[in-house]
Amino acid sequence: MSDLVWLIPGLPFVGAVILIFGGTNLPRRLVPVVGAGSVGLSALMTLFIGFEFLTATPTAQSYQQVVWNWIEASGFSVAFAFHLDVLSLVFIFVITFVGFLIHLYSAEFMASDEGYARFFAYLNLFVGFMLILVMADNLLLMYLGWEGVGLCSYLLIGFWYLDEKNGYAARKAFIITRVGDTAMVIGLFILFKTFGTLNIAGIQEQAPQLWVVGSSQATLIALLLLGGAVGKSAQLPLQTWLPDAMAGPSPVSALIHAATMVTAGVYIIARTHVIFELAPIALFTVGVIGALTLLIAGFSALTQYDLKRVLAYSTISQIGYMFLALGVGAWSSAIFHFMIHAFFKALLFLGAGAVIAAVHHEHDMFKMGGLRKKLPLVYWTFLIGAASLAALPFVTAGFYSKDQILWLSWASEKGNNWLFLAALIGAFITTVYTFRMVFLTFFGEVKTQVTRVPGLAINISLVVLAILSTIGGFIEIPHSMGHVQMVTDFLSPVLPVTSIRPGIESSEWIIQLAAAILSIGGLLLAYFLYMKRPSLHFKIKNSIPHLHSFWLSGWRFDSLYDWLVVRPFVYVANINKNDPFNGPYNGVVRAANFFHRILSFTQSGILRWYLIGVVIGAILILTLGIWL
Amino acid sequence: MNVIPAEYGLILASVLFTLGLVSLLIRRNIIFMLISVEIMLNAAGIAFIVAGSKWAQPDGQVMFIFILTMAAAEVSVGLALILQMYHQLKTLDSDAANKMKG
Repeated sequence: MSDLVWLIPGLPFVGAVILIFGGTNLPRRLVPVVGAGSVGLSALMTLFIGFEFLTATPTAQSYQQVVWNWIEASGFSVAFAFHLDVLSLVFIFVITFVGFLIHLYSAEFMASDEGYARFFAYLNLFVGFMLILVMADNLLLMYLGWEGVGLCSYLLIGFWYLDEKNGYAARKAFIITRVGDTAMVIGLFILFKTFGTLNIAGIQEQAPQLWVVGSSQATLIALLLLGGAVGKSAQLPLQTWLPDAMAGPSPVSALIHAATMVTAGVYIIARTHVIFELAPIALFTVGVIGALTLLIAGFSALTQYDLKRVLAYSTISQIGYMFLALGVGAWSSAIFHFMIHAFFKALLFLGAGAVIAAVHHEHDMFKMGGLRKKLPLVYWTFLIGAASLAALPFVTAGFYSKDQILWLSWASEKGNNWLFLAALIGAFITTVYTFRMVFLTFFGEVKTQVTRVPGLAINISLVVLAILSTIGGFIEIPHSMGHVQMVTDFLSPVLPVTSIRPGIESSEWIIQLAAAILSIGGLLLAYFLYMKRPSLHFKIKNSIPHLHSFWLSGWRFDSLYDWLVVRPFVYVANINKNDPFNGPYNGVVRAANFFHRILSFTQSGILRWYLIGVVIGAILILTLGIWL
Repeated sequence: MNVIPAEYGLILASVLFTLGLVSLLIRRNIIFMLISVEIMLNAAGIAFIVAGSKWAQPDGQVMFIFILTMAAAEVSVGLALILQMYHQLKTLDSDAANKMKG
């Protein structure tokens, strides 16, 4: 069974190939069968292989499969090989299962779209590349998957390519992530130069022998890898592409820009955690970036009008939490939050997609309202997702995953009060913007007509994701409330357990209480501002117009980069367009042309002119001969 | 025997040469231009003869025979060209043959 590991990424690729070459020739009802079916089969394969991997005796640490030798050149050998361990297993599970649900949703959501087959082809291609990314046994193969998902992200953001704006958003996403990728690929070069291999297991073995903790080379490599992670995961300072990436269809936002691709940065840091542990400065930077990002994105989400942009900023903010968890060494908490976030954020995006489709592609929340009665199922599932995002205590999965990060950001040996404070403020803001979104969309007076009610496929995906967003949390329950540690135990063969500062275990319940109070407080504040006294939030908005527009524009990062990068670049490009180095050569051409015109003027074709020329020349020569 | 001074001969040659040159420059009829060239050639020939007799050397007369031969060849080629030109352009005006101006 384990020999069939290659089928997990293989099946979506086969689906993509069929859809690309079959294209419009395929019968329309066969398209979702191929598209969703291939990912569904891949999910089943994951179930079987995961079951066998976990029940194997003696419990295997990891499983390798070499499919073929990819590159073999004088000492540099890279195999096309897959590596299965508990960390990649978690990611594979999320990618295939959430991916399948989103494919199922798309089967109905995109049914009337012209590019139905094209959409599923891209989506399958994406799932295939994403699986290669998380299953790769060496960093080069992982980089292949890394760039592959970037390509698919570009293709799918610009899916509706007839609108110029979408193409612009796609290019923006591609170029900004490329900035991070460049840093990462330089990191890979240095890694190869140091170790002579790009095999992840090999690097993990050799790194602690070669470097001492805090060595400058380890720090450099860790920071370069972090650069790639920051670009892909839309963290500060490369976060500006994600809100614009919402130009793509909603299932794309759910799959790529919430559940899977944007968490690739979390994966790579967790995967290379050995290097990061040898570079405490880099690891601390990860935590600080996470804390800053979750605050900046949270405040931006508070002011957005567009439903999907709220969710986009919320995604940036939640990935900030994951980075924060990685930064304090809470590896398994980051992966746990990734999993729960994939469930509830995919659910929220799919719900938002259903809402937007229902109200005639209106994105502005202030023009929606009262949809609770019209779309009851979407409302309830969306509410469950929102509660999970807001981490309402006890009943939601988000509570358990976020609470763990809050606790460890304070209690971990690498944690400190400032990171904890940022996480706490972030949790409060999260609740406020989440319920602002819920109240504006589903409550209040009815402002729009519902034109399209979601059907069976959409409902199934929503309900399954809603269930996962609730019960997903019960696999990891804190010490003070029963102590279940399935995720941490599950991941312990790969990711080290977080070391906690001694003597503070007993205070965990205080942190939990604070988180619970803040969460409920945020809910009440949102209720007060947007339900009880709806005029109040306009007043607040009008009293701080500058701050409001500052947050609305995402802290003006776009204008900053416009001034810092785009304008100088365009300026230089404009100079270069005229090609200053070509100037001297053009001058030669112009001089030759000038003299040519003068000389050709003398070629009048009149014989007597030539004769006069000869005579004058003769006289000149004679004069010279006589006088000199 | 009275010897004509060499200066006279040279003055005659230069007068002839100038006449030929001026008529070459002002004439438009291409046959007249050919005749002018002949006059200039003969002026040069006279200058050679005069120089040869002045220094009592045969070289001057040898050169004149060369010039004579060359002039005969030149006239035959020139006349052939003129004939062709007349065929093509139906005129003997040299200014009409300006098709190859730059």
